[in-house]
Amino acid sequence: MTTGMIGNPVLRVDGRAKVTGAARYAADFNQKNQLYAVIVGATVGLGRVTAIDVASVSRMPGVVAVISHLNAPKLAYGTHKGSIDPAVGERLHVLQDNQVRFFGQPIAVVVAESLDIAERAAAELKVSYSRQQPVIDPKDPKAQQVTPDPRGRVHADRSRGNADAAVASAPVKIDERYDTARENHNPMEPHATIAAWNGNRLTLWSKSQFVVNEQAEIAAIFGIPVQQVQVVCPFIGGAFGTSLRTWPHVTLAAIAARHVGRPVKLVLSRKQMFFTTGHRPRTLQRVALGATSDGKLVSLIQEANGETSRYEQFVEAVTSATNYMVSCPNVSTRYRLSPLDTSTPTYMRGPGEATNMFALECALDELSYKLGIDPIELRRRNEPTVDEETQKPFSSRSLMHCYTEGAERFGWARRDPKPRSMRDGRLLIGYGVASATYPVFYAPANALARLLPSGIVEVEAAASDMGPGTYTSMTQVAAETLGLPMDQVRFRLGYSVYPATPPHGGSMTMASVGSAVRAACIELRRLAEGAAVAAPQSPVFKASVEQLEWKQDRVYRRENAGSGISYREIGNRAGKPIEAQGSSDHDPELPKRYSMHAFGAAFIEVAVDPDVGTIRVRRTVGVYGAGRIINPFLARSQCIGGIVGGIGMALMESTALDPRDGRIVNAHMADYVVPVNLDISNIDVSFVEENDPHVNPLGVKGLGEIAIVGIAPAIANAVYHATGKRIRTLPIRIENMLSH
Amino acid sequence: MAQSSKPAAVPAPASDVVSFIINGEPRELSLDPRQSLLDVLRERLDLTGTKKGCNQGACGACTILVNGKRILACLTLASMYSGARIETIEGLEKDGELHPLQRAFIEHDGLQCGFCTSGQIMSGLGCISEGHASSPQEIQYWMSGNICRCGAYPGIVAAVADAARRT
Repeated sequence: MTTGMIGNPVLRVDGRAKVTGAARYAADFNQKNQLYAVIVGATVGLGRVTAIDVASVSRMPGVVAVISHLNAPKLAYGTHKGSIDPAVGERLHVLQDNQVRFFGQPIAVVVAESLDIAERAAAELKVSYSRQQPVIDPKDPKAQQVTPDPRGRVHADRSRGNADAAVASAPVKIDERYDTARENHNPMEPHATIAAWNGNRLTLWSKSQFVVNEQAEIAAIFGIPVQQVQVVCPFIGGAFGTSLRTWPHVTLAAIAARHVGRPVKLVLSRKQMFFTTGHRPRTLQRVALGATSDGKLVSLIQEANGETSRYEQFVEAVTSATNYMVSCPNVSTRYRLSPLDTSTPTYMRGPGEATNMFALECALDELSYKLGIDPIELRRRNEPTVDEETQKPFSSRSLMHCYTEGAERFGWARRDPKPRSMRDGRLLIGYGVASATYPVFYAPANALARLLPSGIVEVEAAASDMGPGTYTSMTQVAAETLGLPMDQVRFRLGYSVYPATPPHGGSMTMASVGSAVRAACIELRRLAEGAAVAAPQSPVFKASVEQLEWKQDRVYRRENAGSGISYREIGNRAGKPIEAQGSSDHDPELPKRYSMHAFGAAFIEVAVDPDVGTIRVRRTVGVYGAGRIINPFLARSQCIGGIVGGIGMALMESTALDPRDGRIVNAHMADYVVPVNLDISNIDVSFVEENDPHVNPLGVKGLGEIAIVGIAPAIANAVYHATGKRIRTLPIRIENMLSH
Repeated sequence: MAQSSKPAAVPAPASDVVSFIINGEPRELSLDPRQSLLDVLRERLDLTGTKKGCNQGACGACTILVNGKRILACLTLASMYSGARIETIEGLEKDGELHPLQRAFIEHDGLQCGFCTSGQIMSGLGCISEGHASSPQEIQYWMSGNICRCGAYPGIVAAVADAARRT
């Protein structure tokens, strides 16, 4: 039974809402009688608040309240660790004491009748501090280096064979250091929460990629039952990881609303988003490779240092891919953290893999030049047949297929391997490649499907859609499973009252929520059959399940087709909604049997102006083996977006901290540079056919992360090919091209 | 630190009576003259289709048309535009029919999260009416004031080019 909905390049079902301004994001849910809150952030990088001149601001017309540690309620801050929270450490407890742990930490919130008044009052609030010198640079001699706590679910050290000895004795080696910048997600939508209390019940219209976690966390912070908090977030204006966790502003909005007894709207300024809503941590890495002269790897060492805060240990998979990307008998990886006087980093698109693969794939490229072997051929010679760390087979691995397909689409054969050998007029042209990878994650999810008397089926899950097209792809899955046209299915998400789902991150929404939607729809069909055979006037009255056959939206008696009965008729006769629950059921043994990852290959052409050093990405070819593609049209968009993000990571994005106090000096959309329209040209995205029956019932691997992974190293490798300059720091900028 | 002798730091805000024609409808309201057109649209008139992305004129999410020209509503004081004809995303759909540029954004998937989309579409209207949509390169140049962090740029260019051809 299929309607061919899965795999169809259909347009977004929420497209109309988004092009008419009807789609409502958190800050669009204006409430009657609403006040405005503005956060005041610390202007020292470490120390204590010694005084706050509340009186002069409280007198300003229109100011309703100034809330700080001096008058804020002592909150329960019950234990809560969401799956997206660092396992080690404790979240910032906001307005609970006078400590300042990082520059920009919220120390007060001003509430006023209008936004302008609140902003003006927040700017006027005079705060005195005793200040200490923060340590904000992992290269600062005063910065500590610690081993990640095992509770953090990452391996600090992994090894097989004897990598040090094998590198030392290898005929050809590379041993280099790589430095990737701190990045901020900078989605277009600022973080926003509107909080309204009704007695002891709280509603939050709040930007979140994980509404059920936000609900549970705020309940724990305020010490109230989970059911008394509801979180509403039908649309997310981009997030890329920054709205996985519940940051302090959500608590502040709820504190403020309770304090003033009215709904309160709190929207972070663009500047404030740089200080308290997470960032991709800066990494310092070393990669050492040893190889035979015919290009077989004999040793691989990767060491990575990531920044974190003093109060939480943020860890990511910054050494994972090294262990399964290439065939190599001697591998060692090492991961350390530098706790700094800054806020806690968080997951950002391709967390871990994006920076891991920058170092690894640049090092492999360096090795290819040293060996005089084509970089794709080098990877082919070291392509593993199994995951050599675990000795498990890959559930599927199409990396070499992606390279073959990509080389063809890109015209890799036209490349002259000699650096600085290709030109277009006076511009230096470079071709670069790199591999991409991301694990297949899957987590328990739930969904509800409801057949209405009108024949419409509503499907609900507490999932999110930050742009990939969850609304559309879930509608496709439900329509296909039920045999209904898409316009008879309404998929809803973003409400904490809906069945719980995992976070909208880690490229697992399609796999996890999609499987739950499928299960709920299978169950709804079963219930619909039950209702059909039980109704005396039904053409399938008293038929057994074995006798039934569905064709699209109608169920028939197999041996006597007759007229059958449709969902609409079944729903109509029931006279009330028929509801079915479904969960993504997952064989817990699966990850023990298979190594499950998506793979891809990125091809880049850059043009570098030899006189002024400008770098332009002229062409990108991305080929991905990511399992089944539910909607190729939207999947292509998602990958283009990841590639654009990768171009930003490679050439533009860097969050700069003032070493004196940890102030972020470029906390602004004009100074934290991201790709604009004119920076982007010619992106070719394709998918290789991959039928992976192991990963999950839908056979999907996820796409959000993998598209950014591999772009930055492919660009760095292309820049080397164009210019002969090997840049091992991100971002690569004009100044790197001009210096010697 | 106490400055109790100091008078209130700010006097009560003055208010201006301002009138606009917003999406064809005359509106009159009394305004704090410090308010941006963006805040007036969103917080006073509940026209939340226009978005605030940076409030510093650097992202383009708040682009609207004032007297037919695209402007950044966040950098515009509302009270300076009394009498102006203002068009926002909410006014484009006519009798249930999408504007051709709105349709083109859906058909070319010139969006993902949708947050920059209102600004992109209003900017695209400006781009076309200014005569800056004759080639993809020209569209890219004249649409570069509108950041799309999801990276839907190729679809945005295709949508503007498509609508420009049709109009």
